Amino acid sequence: MKLTLKIWRQESPSAKGRLVAYPMDHVEGDMSFLELLDILNQSLIKKGEAPVAFDHDCREGICGSCGFMISGIAHGPQKLTTTCQLFMRQFKDGDTIVAEPFRSKAFPVIKDLVVDRSALDKIVQAGGFISARTGSGPDANAILIPKEKADKSMDAAACIGCGACIAACPNGSAMLFTSAKISHLGLLPQGQTERHQRALRMVSKMEELGFGACSNHGECEAVCPKGITLEFIARLNRDFLVASVVATKEAVKKV
Amino acid sequence: MAGMLAFYHTTVGKKIVMAVTGVMMFFWLLGHMVGNLQIFLGPDKINGYAHFLHGGAAEILVVVRTVMIIAVLLHILAAVQVTLANWAARPVGYSVKKDIETSYAARTMIWTGPLILIYLIYHLLMFTYLKVGPGISETDVYHNVVEAFQVPLISGIYIVAMIMLAFHLWHGAWSMLQTLGANHPKYNRLRKIVATGLSVIIAVGFVSVPVAVLLGFIR
Amino acid sequence: MTLDAKIPSGPIEKKWEKHRFDMKLVNPSNKRKYKVIVVGTGLAGGAAAASLGQLGYEVEAFCYQDSARRAHSIAAQGGINAAKNYQNDGDSIFRLFYDTVKGGDFRSREANVYRLAEVSNAIIDQCVALGVPFAREYSGYLANRSFGGAQVSRTFYARGQTGQQLLLGAYAALSREVALGSVKMYPRHEMLELVVIDGHAKGIVVRDMVTGKVSSHAADTVLLATGGYGNVFYLSTNAKGCNTTAIWRAHRKGAFFANPCYTQIHPTCIPVAGEHQSKLTLMSESLRNDGRVWVPKKAGDHRKPWEIPEDDRDYYLERKYPSYGNLAPRDISSRAAKQVCDEGRGVGPGGRGVYLDFTDSISRLGKGVIEARYGNLFEMYERITGEDPWKWPMRIYPAMHYTMGGLWVDYNLMSNLPGLHVLGEANFSDHGANRLGASALMQGLADGYFVIPYTIADYLAKVKPGTRAGVDHPAFKEAEAEVAGRMKKLLSIGGTKTVDEFHKELGQVMWEFVGMGRNEAGLKTALQKIPQIRERFWKEVLVPGSGADFNQELEKAGRVADFLEMGELLAYDALMRDESCGAHFREEHQTPDGEAMRDDEKYAYVAAWEFKGEGKAPELHKEALEFENVHLAQRSYK
Repeated sequence: MKLTLKIWRQESPSAKGRLVAYPMDHVEGDMSFLELLDILNQSLIKKGEAPVAFDHDCREGICGSCGFMISGIAHGPQKLTTTCQLFMRQFKDGDTIVAEPFRSKAFPVIKDLVVDRSALDKIVQAGGFISARTGSGPDANAILIPKEKADKSMDAAACIGCGACIAACPNGSAMLFTSAKISHLGLLPQGQTERHQRALRMVSKMEELGFGACSNHGECEAVCPKGITLEFIARLNRDFLVASVVATKEAVKKV
Repeated sequence: MAGMLAFYHTTVGKKIVMAVTGVMMFFWLLGHMVGNLQIFLGPDKINGYAHFLHGGAAEILVVVRTVMIIAVLLHILAAVQVTLANWAARPVGYSVKKDIETSYAARTMIWTGPLILIYLIYHLLMFTYLKVGPGISETDVYHNVVEAFQVPLISGIYIVAMIMLAFHLWHGAWSMLQTLGANHPKYNRLRKIVATGLSVIIAVGFVSVPVAVLLGFIR
Repeated sequence: MTLDAKIPSGPIEKKWEKHRFDMKLVNPSNKRKYKVIVVGTGLAGGAAAASLGQLGYEVEAFCYQDSARRAHSIAAQGGINAAKNYQNDGDSIFRLFYDTVKGGDFRSREANVYRLAEVSNAIIDQCVALGVPFAREYSGYLANRSFGGAQVSRTFYARGQTGQQLLLGAYAALSREVALGSVKMYPRHEMLELVVIDGHAKGIVVRDMVTGKVSSHAADTVLLATGGYGNVFYLSTNAKGCNTTAIWRAHRKGAFFANPCYTQIHPTCIPVAGEHQSKLTLMSESLRNDGRVWVPKKAGDHRKPWEIPEDDRDYYLERKYPSYGNLAPRDISSRAAKQVCDEGRGVGPGGRGVYLDFTDSISRLGKGVIEARYGNLFEMYERITGEDPWKWPMRIYPAMHYTMGGLWVDYNLMSNLPGLHVLGEANFSDHGANRLGASALMQGLADGYFVIPYTIADYLAKVKPGTRAGVDHPAFKEAEAEVAGRMKKLLSIGGTKTVDEFHKELGQVMWEFVGMGRNEAGLKTALQKIPQIRERFWKEVLVPGSGADFNQELEKAGRVADFLEMGELLAYDALMRDESCGAHFREEHQTPDGEAMRDDEKYAYVAAWEFKGEGKAPELHKEALEFENVHLAQRSYK
């Protein structure tokens, strides 16, 4: 099939970007979207033009490196799918597809479709962990965890940190990402000790980094390739509210 | 105090403030609606109620009004701050953006909010301060209402405002539960049903009055 | 030069305990005076950086991804082994040790493997403490499954995302250290050179992949945890960015490369769809528990699978290996698939695939059971191939998956180059000639959490604190100049072929002649072809852009240039090892039924190669392997 790619080209963080159209022939359904970009890049290089920069690594939907807006939807039209796992059979002959980087104040564009998502690391550094020194853990079966809790925790832990939730949110909010981490740890008995400071510190870091607020639109949930749900945002709100009421100043300060 | 400021400093805190003030306004609306519906019981009933509010319950009314004014101001302040933060969070917009999940009500919260505020001011000027509209008597609430709603334009504006309010409430009620952390897979369907039910009840309750006047049931 | 593995004396059960006591310690107040560089933040590197940060060392960690959390350990699906014996089914440290040595076809070092089995239990404890949501029984106890043909259930798992969850645990621990300031994290930085001063590894040269800036980092010791070199085959289950550059640069600086020919093929991957294919996707091997593998009996039978009657089907694994059937080990089932495809009986586009058919299981167990077991894999398969596996049998084909070889290390995980430690898949130490399922995650975390934190002290205690050379030392300037020169050269060639074209060409040669089945003539052909490709690469490659900004083609070019050297060494090793063992299959050495035949008389050693200069034959050093606890035996899966 034939289709047109309109891709955001931006040379550097400070350069002005624009959409450039690339007609693509011989597109096959068995190609992934990224493989189509590979093909485009090969031809651009041979023509002496700059290839399109895009983040990618595992290409099996788990590392969270890839992702951009595909005709207005983060990771494209297929549900529960990362960009690398989106195959061209999802599109029709003659389609025009617009590829734009994830946009957020906290995700400055580096080049073309590549953005800097280090803000997400900073949120985790603020408290997305359980402080368990290597070697200090008791026997793994010493603390029982109801299967339902463990499963729910795993649901949240499945987050791949791709940033699609932020890109899709009309407010550029990082609540789904942050709430997934807070819920993953907060659902486990091991995560209780630091639960309050985790909620307070991760939320305040998230704010500081310039992400927007949650208006409960649900766009994040709709594009999440791992099916993280709004339930976890409610959990974050709950933890944050309780922590704000009960946590002492001392408890919040210490890592 | 420092803790409360830190709490309010975050958008999550602001949203919680909006949720709590939203709940307060909702209950106030509910009370207001129940009061209004007494119009169907005849002039004596509702005028008596008005008399009671300004007479026996006057002190309580002052307290309630003060609290509600604070709630409204906090709700607005938080909404403005959150909205500005949201706009700042995406300085460069998308050339193409598709919405998948969000509702019309959710997207228009920021517009239905101020419009309802404008309407509120108009509404207070008309029925509380009697500065606009055909209202004449400070003591005869019944006739103030009937005469005002017999003007189709006034009724129309009122009905439109109430529909906007219903939209605002529909997303607001659901959103409030979510913001306060009330989300459980077992009850999530119920949340939407309750939100829809409540906003419909409020809208129908309020709108029933001008409709009844226009149709001549109340005269 | 003799290779001293520094294996502690004494009975195998006591070696590690004794060694921990014998090793030197670093005074707590001195720890902060030592700087440690960790390259790679997967399970091994991430766990090491976090643990060393906790101990008080000044740590700098580097990864090429935009976040430490994205290292390719994240893609491991199946699970992690440990000798907990929670199932009361007869497992023990000794049994895990025994299985691993045997699974490695007697080409691993007993002492290392025993230690791996010994610390495996602590890994599970640590991961649970860090919040890894392992699968649980309804009782709340940890669940286990049997994996990769093991006779005991010793595999812990977190859905099909065990690697992800373990990595997120290590990443969380690492993030905490970053917040505390004990680890400085450098994402989007690629190591391009190792710096050796007076024979010791004392730093690295990296390129900031965003700004293009080349800079030096000095340390008292360098840890490489940069994963395997499977992408030398171009198509593999590795992430696109996985590369050999860090270990190859270290090899060129004197670190020996051990057993490069031990490369593992995974039997259940989704076949290549066409020319555009950029990587291969693995599906959990557990599929073979209920799927039956078959191809048409006749070559060129293009009927739809359901139109082919039972009599015209060849369930070749069940036929050849009646007792293991469809669960025959990875290498055996991979080779069998290749063989039937070579005979022209392969299915699907290009004829490189075999059916994995669930029809019988569905009729026996019901669709519900199969869906509960493999629903997510069926979904993944359909997403990628566009074929509904409930209607069509799945098509699978083997793919390059894991590399057991790597830089040579002693019992302390230190290379022959003092000060250079190598962890995880990047070293060669524990899996011998073949790796058991669910053991890679175990090894990565063992090295990072529970081995290097002890053994690093043994080296550092011999280094006087404060004597570290600064980045103004001539050795750093020289290394920086080398890196700059290399990049300049790559950018200035201005040829006509892209980096990917050369990579694909190399991959084809590697897969055809140095892949699943190898023979002398083929390996010699590869040894002829690879240098030719390399030569053309340096004349004809076209690398666009400049070195001074974000340039993914330049990154790739550097990596492929190293693969073009590394691939040759792999072929050398495969040619030298004139026996079949584990995943290394020399067609000349097989039993009449196609089983690998080892030659313990001649090849019971680790082949550690020394770099002798570009275009020169590498020099072989041997570390003899002794088996005192597990008796050498020929494998049989009949």
